[in-house]
Amino acid sequence: MEIDIFTWLVVVLILSGIIGYFVVWGVTPALHTPLMAVTNAISGIVVVAAMAVAGPSILSIDVCAMLPCPYPQYVVPMQWAARVIGVVAVALCAVNIFGGFAITARMLAMYKPKEEKKA
Amino acid sequence: MLIALLNDNLTLLLAIAAGVLCVLGLQGLSHPKTARRGNLCAMAGMALAIALAFVHPSMEAYGWVLLGLAAGAVVGVPLARKTPLTSLPQLVAVFHSLVGLAAALVALGMYLQKQAFGLMEAKLALEMGLGAAIGLITLTGSILAALKLQGTIGGRPWGWWGRHYLNLGLGVGIVACTAWFTLTFSPVAFGLIFILSLILGWTLVAPIGGADMPVVVSMLNSYSGWAAAATGFAVESPLLIMVGALVGVSGAILSYVMCHAMQRSFISVILGGFGNAEAAVGEASTTPSKAAALAGTEDVAYLLNEAEQVIIVPGYGMAVAQAQHAVKALTQQLLAKGIEVRFAIHPVAGRMPGHMNVLLAEADIPYDLVEELEDVNPRFAEADVVLILGANDVVNPAAQTDKSSPIYGMPVLEAWHAKRVFVVKRSHRPGYAGIDNPLFTLPNAALVLGDAKEIVEKIGTALKAA
Repeated sequence: MEIDIFTWLVVVLILSGIIGYFVVWGVTPALHTPLMAVTNAISGIVVVAAMAVAGPSILSIDVCAMLPCPYPQYVVPMQWAARVIGVVAVALCAVNIFGGFAITARMLAMYKPKEEKKA
Repeated sequence: MLIALLNDNLTLLLAIAAGVLCVLGLQGLSHPKTARRGNLCAMAGMALAIALAFVHPSMEAYGWVLLGLAAGAVVGVPLARKTPLTSLPQLVAVFHSLVGLAAALVALGMYLQKQAFGLMEAKLALEMGLGAAIGLITLTGSILAALKLQGTIGGRPWGWWGRHYLNLGLGVGIVACTAWFTLTFSPVAFGLIFILSLILGWTLVAPIGGADMPVVVSMLNSYSGWAAAATGFAVESPLLIMVGALVGVSGAILSYVMCHAMQRSFISVILGGFGNAEAAVGEASTTPSKAAALAGTEDVAYLLNEAEQVIIVPGYGMAVAQAQHAVKALTQQLLAKGIEVRFAIHPVAGRMPGHMNVLLAEADIPYDLVEELEDVNPRFAEADVVLILGANDVVNPAAQTDKSSPIYGMPVLEAWHAKRVFVVKRSHRPGYAGIDNPLFTLPNAALVLGDAKEIVEKIGTALKAA
């Protein structure tokens, strides 16, 4: 029996949602702002998809001999446009990742217990 | 597909490991002690994810990708380091908008790539349409939220009768265009999805404002996660789906927590305007309630000096006045006199979940002194003095006594049980909800009018003299 990849992805979605549900309820309300900041940082995971868009090499027009290119004259510019868009997306995600983790670290550094103050 | 080659199984397992590291990152936030380690875990997970994307067989344009990453780091890190903590809610909102835009750009880029070779598929088109729509709603919604939080645009909700129909129409339009796009791959349909989603993001957030902002910020947090998950379906990446779902659920839970703390349904918050905005803004500001007693800072200082137990209730007013450092100084004075000091925090105090906790942490107030609603409520009866700093609706006894009150049933801090209650406020005006607060006229309560920071500083000075 062949299971479609889409089905597997739905399984991943459901199980991750359940994990997330229990983990997030375990977060102390005092840390809800850092939670938002760190989830913000990890939502920069879209960078993986952005890299997949920016990354592939640009194929020449010859490829249209094998593939059903609808607009052969634009095949190279369209790939370039995709690359530029991909790079912009990578940059946006990177702002999130670096900025998000930095702001989380900055916030968490401020949470101090009483004891630590003597040190 | 370009994906294959190398060792797919190993890559997949490593990707799941990256996802697990992100889960551990959130797990760490269950206590301030483990939180920093959690953040490091999440960072490691993200680093692993990026490394895996780099060794992907179809990856060729290393220079370009590195350029993008570097540009993001150059912008992101100083932004995170230099932004004053009072602007934190805005910054978080701006970050949400970036993820939304990135998800939409990924969909657009993929469309160009696939369309160049005539490789579009219906399923892919559906996933891309969805990713772009959620991403763009997040984009404009977050930008508007950030502008409202910044005060560039008044935080006042904009209510007009046709907005529900407009939003409904836009939503139906997006669904219709996505169906059209799925069937034809038409660039016009794709473009319309973009335009309609951009408008919908704006009109969804526009009618919501003021004290409802924490819900909006957490809702957009959730959307940015679902946008990542939708993108994950388009690129068939379990890692994106895993992390996206994590973020999506997290934002949804935060929204739920906020709504619950305000005793309002999520739907009513999203539909906008706390208890019809018209009434709230109009009459409320002009008619001061029954004469509330006024107190001076010396009175407060005198009673604080006599007290054994003090509870401070910070609210949005403390954030606006940036009074947290003055509060810290006062706290130290009180602690030095052997007076017990606690902070009572209502879940919706401020403009984002956990806002007050961050401000107090910034001022170096130990987190062990800070307590949540359920833990601190029984303690009010023992407290000699309660000092309320710019909080109003969250200490309103009407929520428990007055069935006709719009906030009836909302969990509140029971400050009125204390021997003396001082409310530091800028004016007689009722809070955001425009509801009279009977607490102010109780015999054991008095108002101290003025800016929270100045008042707290004056109390400190008076206390020194006492």
